[in-house]
Amino acid sequence: MLHQPVIGTPRDRVDGRAKVTGAAPYVADFAARSPILHAHMLGSPIARGRIRAIRTEAAEAVPGVVAVFTHENRPSAAFRGSAYQDQVAPPGQPLRPLHDDRILHSGQPIALVVAETYEAARFAANLIEVSVAEEPCHTDLAARLDAARHPSKRRSGIQPPPSPKGDAAAALDAAPVRVQGRYIHGAEHHNAMEPHATTVIVEEGGRLLIHDKIQGVTNTQEYVCSVFGLKKDDVRVVTPFLGGGFGSGLRPHHQCFLAVMAALALGRSVTLVLSRDQQWSIGHRPETVLDVALGAKPDGTLLAIRQEAIAATSSYEEYQETVVNWVNLLYPAPHVLLDHRLVHLDIETPLDMRAPGAPTGLFAAESAMDELAEKLGMDPLALRIRNHADTDESSGKRHTSKELLAAYQLAAARFGWAGRPLAPRAMRQGRELVGWGMATGAWEAQMQKHQARVLLEADGSATVGVATGDLGTGTYTILAQIAAEELGLPMERVTVLLGDSSLPYAPVSGGSWTAASAGSAVADACARLKAELLRLAQAQGEMLGASLEDIRFAGGRMARWSDAGRALPLGGVLRAAGRDRLVADGKAGPDQLTQLRHSSHAHAAAFAEVRVDEELGQVRVTRVVQAVAAGRILNPKTARSQVIGGTVWGIGMALHEESQADHRLGRWMNHNLAEYHVPANADVEGIEVIFVEERDRLTSPIGVKGLGEIGICGTPAAIGNAIWHATGRRMRELPMTVERVLGLKAPRA
Amino acid sequence: MPDDLAPRPPGLLTVPLTVNGAPRQLHIAPWTTLLDALRDGLGLTGSKKGCDHGQCGACTVILDGKRVNACLVLAASKEGSEVRTVEGLASADGTLHPLQQAFITHDAFQCGFCTPGQLCSGVALLEEGHAGSEAEIREWMSGNICRCGAYPNIVDAIREVASR
Repeated sequence: MLHQPVIGTPRDRVDGRAKVTGAAPYVADFAARSPILHAHMLGSPIARGRIRAIRTEAAEAVPGVVAVFTHENRPSAAFRGSAYQDQVAPPGQPLRPLHDDRILHSGQPIALVVAETYEAARFAANLIEVSVAEEPCHTDLAARLDAARHPSKRRSGIQPPPSPKGDAAAALDAAPVRVQGRYIHGAEHHNAMEPHATTVIVEEGGRLLIHDKIQGVTNTQEYVCSVFGLKKDDVRVVTPFLGGGFGSGLRPHHQCFLAVMAALALGRSVTLVLSRDQQWSIGHRPETVLDVALGAKPDGTLLAIRQEAIAATSSYEEYQETVVNWVNLLYPAPHVLLDHRLVHLDIETPLDMRAPGAPTGLFAAESAMDELAEKLGMDPLALRIRNHADTDESSGKRHTSKELLAAYQLAAARFGWAGRPLAPRAMRQGRELVGWGMATGAWEAQMQKHQARVLLEADGSATVGVATGDLGTGTYTILAQIAAEELGLPMERVTVLLGDSSLPYAPVSGGSWTAASAGSAVADACARLKAELLRLAQAQGEMLGASLEDIRFAGGRMARWSDAGRALPLGGVLRAAGRDRLVADGKAGPDQLTQLRHSSHAHAAAFAEVRVDEELGQVRVTRVVQAVAAGRILNPKTARSQVIGGTVWGIGMALHEESQADHRLGRWMNHNLAEYHVPANADVEGIEVIFVEERDRLTSPIGVKGLGEIGICGTPAAIGNAIWHATGRRMRELPMTVERVLGLKAPRA
Repeated sequence: MPDDLAPRPPGLLTVPLTVNGAPRQLHIAPWTTLLDALRDGLGLTGSKKGCDHGQCGACTVILDGKRVNACLVLAASKEGSEVRTVEGLASADGTLHPLQQAFITHDAFQCGFCTPGQLCSGVALLEEGHAGSEAEIREWMSGNICRCGAYPNIVDAIREVASR
């Protein structure tokens, strides 16, 4: 029997049919399946102040309206702010919806209307009259840079900036070649296609079945139990499909609180879907100002690195992400100063957004490297290779693996980089200037504690269960591949269950850790199942004296490698043992010894071609080649889609996306998809993805590093560098809109 | 506010429609959108509400042969019309529409939330004859946002079906 590998081969998504037929249920879809009340949220019209009075009589009089909740009649919920802290909460006091009359950001929920129909709830919400005592608000980061300070408490799970090395200021002053600049990117909102929503089904006995737009059902379960004083047995959270996460669904949001609150108070099922503009009350990638300076020898060797970031956070939480570490992860220098500070503004707390911090820091660092290459008269790729770090310079640890040099080489060859003229404005086609740029991407390979269960039936089929979710990442598919490969079953014989808090524990799915963590837990469960199968077989007098390494599992059978002719069907082993099914539990988590000694990252080399209309300043990204070194690739088909998706996000960050605020009102202005631009089909031309062979036995038991974030990390800088190469104009602010490309817009700060 | 002056929602209308080949009766308020009528009234939740403003395309259905954003159509204004949704693309025996199969083969989606709209748009685009080149497909599919960024694969899937 020939071994037919499942892992590492391109496979269609196992949930594909459900998704192309409209059968896959998302949060709001569950509401159409049973009698349910519809809720509509009302957000604050001001950014800071107090609610003086709120009149709900007219809303309550609308036929079909069942209840209107405000801070004045809010049913009981936890008082202490710590009760609202979820798995990934930053330090501070989370917002307690409808807690009191205090307004901390525009759009903060101030009322909830619950009605028999969606139309009645929405209509009635418009009839609520709110009188507010407005206080002066501050939402403009550029105007408050002098208020920047270090967070009072570090956020768990986030790498703080490393301690300074040497004397960066003096080394920069003395450096033969030096560049410095201020880089800024605006606020971005995730805008997953599925709006934030929660559907709460009140079951017999008062137990709650919650469908929440969350990237980890256990986070919602723990939050709801903590806030409403419920037992885990009485709260089950089931979210089998998520219409995109990108970090927006890491934390349980106020719509979850409100829907559960209303369902508990009324004893009836409730659904609450936030409108698109209300997505702007949830959280965002914070506006960040970065000052960067690089000093080098004439041959390009870096002598000094300084990168100082100032980012926005809310008045009530200290949101932190890893922004400044990346430059020193990639490049060594004897003198390094890295710093990250926060400014408290009257905005909602920022929220992890795809590769939080990485494209922010790398846009600045990799643009500055390009400026340094220009000043040195050096090829930008050669400059990076000259400064390539064999170890993680930010921590001093060895890498578990790092095939970045191979990634550079493969991407450059595929792109045709060798033909690039050094000078800008050297390529033109018709009225368009053509430019080529490149940048490096990096993202930490992480693991989180996961559990998994595998169940083998006597008919030879298997079911895998993990509480983690599939955000569109392909988790259903890769876990089916892993179980099929490990147990030697055809993929069609494996069913994967995800997104249910009654399944074995998993934390939120984020940080690119799910494939490595959930995948390793499933592999572990399969190994335990196989050991049990061998024990059963040996109890039946078969395969005596053999250990698990002597047995191969393939085609639904088990046999000694040395005696392939005598193969036992797995179902037969179960039946002979008088068992209908066999269950095994597995687990996986970070290895502390490895973490102590090693640093583990996925790397990418992003090469971009842009065409810029010289008169109109319009930019087209006509080609991106992205070579990714991320350990073992489980499914090249879904993996490629992940990297394409990340690259499209990089195009959006580079050219389109920015939430703009009216700072007098403290409100986001362009809170809709017509004015907040995300890439559309016509914005995306050729994207090529190359996976670099990278064997890594340390990063995770299955050798996987994760792919959710790596595609975006280097892309904005690569596009900015390409725009410079096309036009000769340096892009230090994102998004690189027409007026910036034409040099018609003053810097923000 | 005195009761007789309070704004009141209007009463219900009965609207006959053909949905995926079957005659259906909607009992709806005049302000109900086609999208909400399909989802809440008929339980056809394949069509998605992504923005409710005609800006994202997730609710795209085929109305009398043309693709429309169902969130921008008042259901009551379409009495007697024929609506085709994602649930109506496959054959009665479950055989997928060639574009549905091509979406799976080319991995033309990730989270799947925009997919029903992409498929309805793609099917109508093929019938309209707007799938002549990659550039044409990209342009005519730009009313359907895919935040996962599956655009290159969507184009490949439509190209494959168009070339048959």
